[in-house]
Amino acid sequence: MSERPTTRLPAGLRLPFDPLLALAVIGLMTASLVTLDASTSNDVPGDPHFYVMRQGVFFAIGTIVAIVLSRIDYSRLRELKYGVYGLMLASILLVAVFGGVTRGSRRAIQLPFFEIQASELGKVLLVVALAAFTVDRSRRLGERDTTARLVLVAMIPAILVMSSDLGSGLVYVAILFSVMFVAGVSWRHFAGLIALGGIAITLVLSVAPALGVTVLEKYQTDRLTSFLYPSDDPNDAGYQQNQSRIAIGAGQKTGRGDQASQTRLKFLPEARTDFPYASIGERWGFAGAGLVLSLYALLVWRGLRILTLAKNLYGALIAGGIVATLLFQVFVNVGMNVGIMPITGIPLPLLSYGGSSVITTLLAIGLLQSIYAQGRVAAATKGRGRSF
Amino acid sequence: MMMEPSQERRPPITPQLALRVAIFGAVAFGLFAIIFFRLWYLQVLSGDKYVAEANSNRVRELRIQAPRGKIVDRAGRVIVRNRLAVVVELDPAKLPDAERKLALDWGQRMSERPTRSKRKRVRPIKIPPIPSDALRARYAKLARVLNTSAGAIHRRVVRSLVLVPYSTIRVKTDVPDSVLAYISERPEEFPGVQVEQTYLRDYPQGELAAQILGTVGEVSPKQLRRARFRGVKPGTIVGQGGLEFAYDRYLRGRDGIQRVQVDAFGRPIPSDRLRDVKEVAGQRLRLSLDLGLERVGQRALAGPLNPGNNPGAFVALDPTTGEVLALGSSPTFDPALLTKAITQKQYELLVDEAQGAPIFNRAISSAYPTGSTFKAVTALAGLHAGLITPGATINDPGCIQVGEAERCNAKQQAYGSVDLTRALQVSSDIYFYKLGINAFYRGGLVIQNWARKLGFARRTGIDLPGEFAGLIPDPQWRAEIGKRELACRKRKKISPQANVYAAGAAGCGISDLRPYNLGDTVNLAVGQGDLQATPLQLAVAYGAIANGGKVVRPHLGLEIESDRGELVQRIERDPARRIKIDPNNLAAVANGLHLAASAPGGTSADVFAGWPQDRYPVYGKTGTAQRGVKRDQSWYVAYVPDKKRPIVVAVTVEEGGFGAEVAAPIARLLLAQHYNQEKVVVQGSSQTR
Repeated sequence: MSERPTTRLPAGLRLPFDPLLALAVIGLMTASLVTLDASTSNDVPGDPHFYVMRQGVFFAIGTIVAIVLSRIDYSRLRELKYGVYGLMLASILLVAVFGGVTRGSRRAIQLPFFEIQASELGKVLLVVALAAFTVDRSRRLGERDTTARLVLVAMIPAILVMSSDLGSGLVYVAILFSVMFVAGVSWRHFAGLIALGGIAITLVLSVAPALGVTVLEKYQTDRLTSFLYPSDDPNDAGYQQNQSRIAIGAGQKTGRGDQASQTRLKFLPEARTDFPYASIGERWGFAGAGLVLSLYALLVWRGLRILTLAKNLYGALIAGGIVATLLFQVFVNVGMNVGIMPITGIPLPLLSYGGSSVITTLLAIGLLQSIYAQGRVAAATKGRGRSF
Repeated sequence: MMMEPSQERRPPITPQLALRVAIFGAVAFGLFAIIFFRLWYLQVLSGDKYVAEANSNRVRELRIQAPRGKIVDRAGRVIVRNRLAVVVELDPAKLPDAERKLALDWGQRMSERPTRSKRKRVRPIKIPPIPSDALRARYAKLARVLNTSAGAIHRRVVRSLVLVPYSTIRVKTDVPDSVLAYISERPEEFPGVQVEQTYLRDYPQGELAAQILGTVGEVSPKQLRRARFRGVKPGTIVGQGGLEFAYDRYLRGRDGIQRVQVDAFGRPIPSDRLRDVKEVAGQRLRLSLDLGLERVGQRALAGPLNPGNNPGAFVALDPTTGEVLALGSSPTFDPALLTKAITQKQYELLVDEAQGAPIFNRAISSAYPTGSTFKAVTALAGLHAGLITPGATINDPGCIQVGEAERCNAKQQAYGSVDLTRALQVSSDIYFYKLGINAFYRGGLVIQNWARKLGFARRTGIDLPGEFAGLIPDPQWRAEIGKRELACRKRKKISPQANVYAAGAAGCGISDLRPYNLGDTVNLAVGQGDLQATPLQLAVAYGAIANGGKVVRPHLGLEIESDRGELVQRIERDPARRIKIDPNNLAAVANGLHLAASAPGGTSADVFAGWPQDRYPVYGKTGTAQRGVKRDQSWYVAYVPDKKRPIVVAVTVEEGGFGAEVAAPIARLLLAQHYNQEKVVVQGSSQTR
């Protein structure tokens, strides 16, 4: 291999992270703070910046963790797969036993300063562990046995989470599918799994209630049906969906600014956690909502790009899992905000207020940056450096 | 340098991975595109709609009721004004779901039942009982304070929920201040109960002119679709009858709006961007009515001249302009009754025929045969057609043969040789029977046509709703009711040969199925038989005689004024039409009418004994209408062609007897009031029809 310094940037000028990915993340964090500042200034009497400050702290912690993570070779996590998987299951079980209840679902462990939502952190942990298990069997990927094992590994936490929080559980399923997809599991297996899934859903939705077994909580079915009949009863289940749609629509092209009454007068419920996107849509209109959507598109594009740059299969699988997690959450949450998806508790990555979600997402970003950095290093040592 | 195969290292991106990443990217692109277009649809294409929804979320609009305009008489004396009253209301949102559901079900069943049934009257569907004991206790508590019953409140709540689902339910109107204080001091004991103030109509003149004023009420959904209520907001109080209805546009005013910004929990949040709309008070309506004259008429009908308190009516017009100076109907009622919800019993008293149906305005809505007062019309028709001349005389032997029947004057009085003037003066039936016979054989419906020209058998166009057109019998009408009678008998399987009384007993009997004949015209010539005219029509016809052929359009409204009394608009109504009457003919008829009221032998001359005929000459005609099994109906019509203050009056009393006996003295009282003369009552002795 011959050195070709003329075609290469000097080592000092090459960044150890993907600047566009960083730009998207910084943009989204800024959007989150600005939105929270506008929508929560009256929420805590006497402290208009309560939520902004706290979200800022979460961002700071998350960013530091992400930077640290991006300097570490993610491949070493593969050795810790049992530990990671065990930690995930343990925390999920812990929540199921001791967790506090928020709006009908048991999701978090209360700690003195903040609460940990195990299901949030579990998303990244599952990606890391599942990718490792997949790499272990990378030579036997075509076998049914491999697929079955992967499904088992992912579905145990997925079902545990689903028992209290349907939406987050679905994120786990999305992770399973994306990792298998990127790994190259055969189409036939996918077809089989989808068929199985269809049967399971039919059982849960129609056969089980007919037999008197309650699988879905009342509030879960309410939310699912309210999506199908959004304006059935504006005072009840469809209320949030209806108010969210009104907020976004009322924003029109350039937004209502300080006249954003849906958010300011609390017609839009849960504006800081479940409906931040509607809040943006009302205040800054199509311009603002479109910009935020573009930032997510940038995030997903860079994620897929990093997937292709990964130095090994493990990196590619982690990147695929993370991109799927982000894409799924963005689509379901924004879809719920604009009234085309049912109401689930899935947060909008980086925009929803909440430490667990923010730090987990930044953790995932840190992993992506690590894969990027490692990919560049590997490429450089092999002389196959490619520009993006 | 060759690449080192390693389990850790994977080869540069494989085609398979490239394909899968491409699919991944395509899915991502598709999802973003879906959201992008949904955003475009919501924000750019339908943004306006959602802005409106957001505003209706945050802005609560409270209606500020505008006071309705006053109604005053021609001298400015107040007839209708407003007063503030306290109403107790219930917030429908604070009612239990069971009550709302009950109302919904009941409304559903009410709307589904057939509105008409061929066989029997449709029974109203009963409102189910109060759904819960808790609610019954709540209603009972309120009912004790309001002096009503829990069941009554429940029924009112259910009806209101069905009619206007989201508006507050008015439980009781016009409660005393003590109740207001009691309820507002104990809000926790009366959940959902609100106390508001509202304007109610107030009638300082009591029962006077009650039938013409009309009522007010919330505009109905049906009315909102009509042109006359265009621009009226639901919930507005509008005129529902009488003058309140006819001049609603001016009296109504415009309700104001108070806008309050609220948050999702209904708490008011101040906003400087919301503008209130100030209410605009209604305009004042000045009537041509003279309250003094109105009072005299009303008292006379209820007084000793009418000992049986028989129903009656009076009308006084200015024959040159059509201004109504007085218009009343007896028995009358207290219009204040209708400002609040009335009980079934009170309502029945108002509409009960046996009680004289006080709510009914006999001056414009009741039509009767008018007796001899119609002779002036017959005379004009005969003169115009050349059937008679002013000077020609006939012999009145007291009785003549008409067709197969013998017809006589009242008491078979024979007047000998009479000309037109004399015939009117003494009210000779024979003269007009002969005229009727000639008119019948001449053909061409001479009398009917003149009656129509003078305003019979059509509405006068007075500015009041509910006017009756009346009827002038003619061959076409006879044929028409004959056809209807046959259809009715066919439906009820009654033989066409059955007589009219038998058919009447079985539910038909509007006609005896005979064709139009001589008797019909002869009856019409003296104002008997099938003729139907309202007192107002008679006044308008005599007005045309008084003013030389102008058939006026009577009106009560005189001026629209601002609420401070400045003139906004004068109400003038052109006469319906002018008819040409030969002055000689007119003079002959007028002469007869004047002699009837002034010269010895005149039917109402004794009634006007002592009246200054030189200053205020009276031209009047008595009438005594025969009404089948009922006693005769007393009529009197008169005019005084005074240059400055002309007047025409028409008075009738059902079952009052002879015209000179009851109606004529009342007319004299009206004239005495109008010309400021001593009110002398002389009951006439003439027993003519």
